[in-house]
Amino acid sequence: MTRDIRCEDVIEKLLEFLDRELDPQTEAELAHHMEHCRACFTRAEFERQLRSKVADVGQSEAPDRLRLRMRALMERF
Amino acid sequence: MPEPRRVSSATGCPKRYFAAEVERLLDRLYGTALRMTRDSNDAEDLVAEALTKAWAKFDTLQDRRSFEKWVFRILVNTYISGLRRRQARPEEQGVEDDDALDRFSLFEQVHQPFLLWWGNPEQQLLDKLLREDIERALDALPDGFRMVVIMVEVWGLSYAEAAETLNVPLGTVRSRLNRGRALLQRALWRQASQLGIAASPSGGGDK
Repeated sequence: MTRDIRCEDVIEKLLEFLDRELDPQTEAELAHHMEHCRACFTRAEFERQLRSKVADVGQSEAPDRLRLRMRALMERF
Repeated sequence: MPEPRRVSSATGCPKRYFAAEVERLLDRLYGTALRMTRDSNDAEDLVAEALTKAWAKFDTLQDRRSFEKWVFRILVNTYISGLRRRQARPEEQGVEDDDALDRFSLFEQVHQPFLLWWGNPEQQLLDKLLREDIERALDALPDGFRMVVIMVEVWGLSYAEAAETLNVPLGTVRSRLNRGRALLQRALWRQASQLGIAASPSGGGDK
């Protein structure tokens, strides 16, 4: 059972929606809205892509030096 | 037969399991440490210190399926206790009210609803943002905000898990996350404007 919500409400809660932090009812309302509203869908897609770019910078090839250091350390464990 | 292997990874030799997981996660741990410390030597030391601690209390880990988040939280805590050694009150960073800042949206800066037939400026901006641009913007965030952004956006922690890891109330996580994201997007917007890879619909205005 989803009730209609306005774009302003979606924008307000969009980041929490993407973080999966909303209660199931509100989450369903936002998802439902975005199936019909291109503006909100576009905005959500933008935030999603930006977030995935941010997530990517949390991964960097570890230097060989660190890899060797960790192996040596674990030998001693 | 995959089944016996899975059983052994869940219950088998702790040292071998630990070493294999570290091998698998090392690029993420190092990458995260690098974004926290912003220095490659410090990042290496942080990873080594955190993994030493993790091994020392590996037998307290109840469920090996949560190894990833568990080891990440140790990394975060190791970094924070390092900060505390160097500066007196690293986590005291308050979030002053600034609604206009918290509402800053990169999307709103570039989106041009009435010019759709000219292309898709927000997609163009995303396509042009380099890893280096994101790193610079993230590195510029103050510690408290940067940590929460890394925890939620990079490692996918829930707000509750982030709050528990940092030992702060849930509301603090929310306000730091809002502010951190706003600052990050504003920094990206400023960089993009300077580099000329984003044209503001209002002609270069920067709220």
